[in-house]
Amino acid sequence: MTHAISLTVNGQREAATVPGGMSLLELLRERLYLTGAKEGCGEGECGACTVLLDGKPVTACLVLAAEADGCEVRTIEGEAVDGKLSELQQAFVDAGAVQCGFCIPGMIMSARGLLLRNPNPTDEEIVEAVAGNLCRCTGYEAIIAAVRQVATAKDHDNG
Amino acid sequence: MDKNIEGLTYVGKPLSREDALVKVTGAAQFVHDLAFPGMLHAAMLTSPHSAARIVRIDTTRARDVAGVRAVLVGEDLDFRLGLYMRDKPILARGVVRYQGEPVAAVAAETADAADAACQRINVTYEPLSAVFDPREGVSDGACLVHENLHTYEYMEGVFLPKPHSNIAHHQKIRTGDVSQGMLDADVVAKESFYNPPVQHVPMETHAVIAQAFPDDRIEVHSSCQSPYTVRHLLSVCFEIPHQKIRVHVPYVGGGFGGKAGLHLEPLAICLSRAAGGRPVKLVASREQEFNTLPSRQGLYSTIEVGVTKDGIIKALKAQYIWDAGAYADYGVNIGRAAAYAGAGPYRVPNCWIDSYVVYTNKVFGTAYRGFGHLEVLWGIERIMEMVARRLEMDPLEFRLKNLLRQGDRTITGEPVTAGHGLPDQCLRAVAEAIGWGEPSREAKGSHRVRGKGLAVLHKAPAMPTFTSCSAIIKLDEDGAADILVSGVDYGQGTYTALRQIAAEELKIPVEKVHVTWECDTAFSPYDWQTVASRFAYMGGNAVIEAAQDCLRQIKSVAATALDTTPERIVCQGGRAFVSGQPDRAVKYEQLALGYTFENGNSIGGPVIGHGRYIAEGLTHLDLETGQGLPALFWTYGAHAVELEVDSETGDVEILKVVTALDAGKVLNPKTCRGQVVGGVVQGLGSALWEEFIFDEKGRLLNRSFVDYKIPTAKDIPRAIEPIFIETPEPGGPYGARGIAEHPMISVPSAVGNALRDALGIDFRELPLTAERIHRAIGARKEAR
Repeated sequence: MTHAISLTVNGQREAATVPGGMSLLELLRERLYLTGAKEGCGEGECGACTVLLDGKPVTACLVLAAEADGCEVRTIEGEAVDGKLSELQQAFVDAGAVQCGFCIPGMIMSARGLLLRNPNPTDEEIVEAVAGNLCRCTGYEAIIAAVRQVATAKDHDNG
Repeated sequence: MDKNIEGLTYVGKPLSREDALVKVTGAAQFVHDLAFPGMLHAAMLTSPHSAARIVRIDTTRARDVAGVRAVLVGEDLDFRLGLYMRDKPILARGVVRYQGEPVAAVAAETADAADAACQRINVTYEPLSAVFDPREGVSDGACLVHENLHTYEYMEGVFLPKPHSNIAHHQKIRTGDVSQGMLDADVVAKESFYNPPVQHVPMETHAVIAQAFPDDRIEVHSSCQSPYTVRHLLSVCFEIPHQKIRVHVPYVGGGFGGKAGLHLEPLAICLSRAAGGRPVKLVASREQEFNTLPSRQGLYSTIEVGVTKDGIIKALKAQYIWDAGAYADYGVNIGRAAAYAGAGPYRVPNCWIDSYVVYTNKVFGTAYRGFGHLEVLWGIERIMEMVARRLEMDPLEFRLKNLLRQGDRTITGEPVTAGHGLPDQCLRAVAEAIGWGEPSREAKGSHRVRGKGLAVLHKAPAMPTFTSCSAIIKLDEDGAADILVSGVDYGQGTYTALRQIAAEELKIPVEKVHVTWECDTAFSPYDWQTVASRFAYMGGNAVIEAAQDCLRQIKSVAATALDTTPERIVCQGGRAFVSGQPDRAVKYEQLALGYTFENGNSIGGPVIGHGRYIAEGLTHLDLETGQGLPALFWTYGAHAVELEVDSETGDVEILKVVTALDAGKVLNPKTCRGQVVGGVVQGLGSALWEEFIFDEKGRLLNRSFVDYKIPTAKDIPRAIEPIFIETPEPGGPYGARGIAEHPMISVPSAVGNALRDALGIDFRELPLTAERIHRAIGARKEAR
């Protein structure tokens, strides 16, 4: 059973014929070569594959590609605009929030999802938003600080 | 290295990581992300039994699956692997020794076809009796996990396996007269402790892509920590020259020791060979990461310590029984290293330690951040607390009386010098920062209580005496510098430190220094392994030497160009000029490829510097006494923890962790802070939550993120405060020591001691889950 789907990924129209069992993560990584979203567990438990589906963070390993038909998907590759890092990405760099980096794309997309629905979240809301994204390197402190830095700015580039 | 550390431009500054940019954009490519034309996907079938004879394997139905290109079983692969102890097959041969052990593997056109084929392999097992508890495994008459241990090759003169037993290594430490020491003591305490096996949990599971070529060449892309050790072990395993093996290491998604040594590479190579030389990608599932790939060894400790009534340690006797699991190829060295550090950073004149690395029928252990030290220091720092309290002495004062200081000797006979660093300063610093001696503020809620705890730590790199590394620096046409090394930066930040060191030495802006990210054994110079907190130290020294080699070449050519002698050339700001005459100068870009005079005559040539470093003066430990010099350097440290515990539920909230390390010299405060915060949180995982749970048949029950919890953003302390003491290490680059593993060591001990303070209960087993605490509180109520 295959499905013909069309969707928007990082602002670009995409059409694909996908098997019924294909996940959105496989579609992104293996068909569209958007390998920023990672597979850390394949069970929706680690958050490394987080992308935005119609603006909401989802674990792409648990979403069927067919379910994304007609949707807008945003991945880490859509975060920088015209080669310029978003303020959120820059804050991650400056805060020392990156070590091995495997969790970072998913982490940034969870934070972006939060900022889209709540441009100025509290610390508790930041922690809540990234609590589903596992990181084994950083101890989270600098990640939270990076999101806080953007969240406390009055006008940030909440693209 | 004798360096002037005043007036530094880059070393010691909070530079951001260069690699952060490709990581925040998703552009960094990990092995998980790589694909090559014609690449096949592999899957492994693993054993459901922890001990069984393989009676028969029928692969017929697997080979019928469309797209299958190779099927392998253990009988096809007559190889044995191991860094220190060659005890591990590529696929189980004849017997399986742990549940989760790979038994067969398939390479197919798609991952789905490979998985489907694996499910159609029919294995007939005959279960065998097994041993799960290393305390039983160590005894005579226990069933043997490796019947042929006496035939295995191992690093002789360093390790001591006991033939026809489960003991892969017995490390002895003998100094002084421990019986007399105990007699001289006024108080003798003896306690037993336990650390469960736990997992490293790198966010990127082990992944490899391998291709075997017809002329015996092998090319491997691996998510590994140590490209040259992978190459060497493959060379030994397959009996092919090193030259024919090329190992690439792109970005690696965390390691923590679990990606040191050799793992899935040989299997992927064999599958590629069997599939006619197609590239084969093998990626561990998260379940396999828990259950097939190695973990941290469990430990049963029994420690006896004798002290005078004035609080002076007279003797310490310890037995460490390591739960190696089914293989100890790497684990033997944990039993060794943890033994020579096995009395803590204390002055112990009479010491007797037996450290046994014992095979059991469980998933096997390997290096994990801290390499045995978190485990032994759990017991050591708990019993020191208990002894101090029995003496009614302040645990801070007790520790300060006994900490190693200049003029003392370690338990292996190594003299402690001024360059060793200052554990007492670390301890005093954390005690002051946590408000030691001042009562905690009242907790909110009648059944919530607060407590504070201290613990000290030490660790030296655990590595062979001959460990070496090297660096190459190439100058570019524009005067920029490229550094080539084979240590891997899988998150620690070492490459950033190396950039800072090179910029400092070469006198060029740090923006013009780049560390080539992908390690490639065809181009990057040798490094032994990226383990043991030794890369910034050894790699830093190699980079200094490589930079000095560049400067020699620059000065030589500049001197001719400027009609002077090399001794009169000064390098600064990317220019070489005559001393005292800054206008008589040539720029590095005029020298990088060779200098050309106005008439066209040219001299010199490309500037390429080479630097190297080898650990000098280390000795093997005497097999009977453990005496010798095992440590390139020691890093000392201490933690203080304040916590709040719910005396009804046992739930713990960590309020504050203060960590002091004698770093020698902080090369980069931003990345060092990152190591401390990350390490402390990982240590809290070991302290509070993480443990492998096995059923009565040795099957791992919690092999997913649903059942095995690591700390999340919700679990971190309210505050983590790193403190760095800087007592220069004479051999370190700019006086620096390694600090990557240390933040994790003794975190459980400090938490345990804080719980003792809060509840008056002495815990001996990890992790300190709410359930364990709740039960202990309940048991105490009953006893009253």
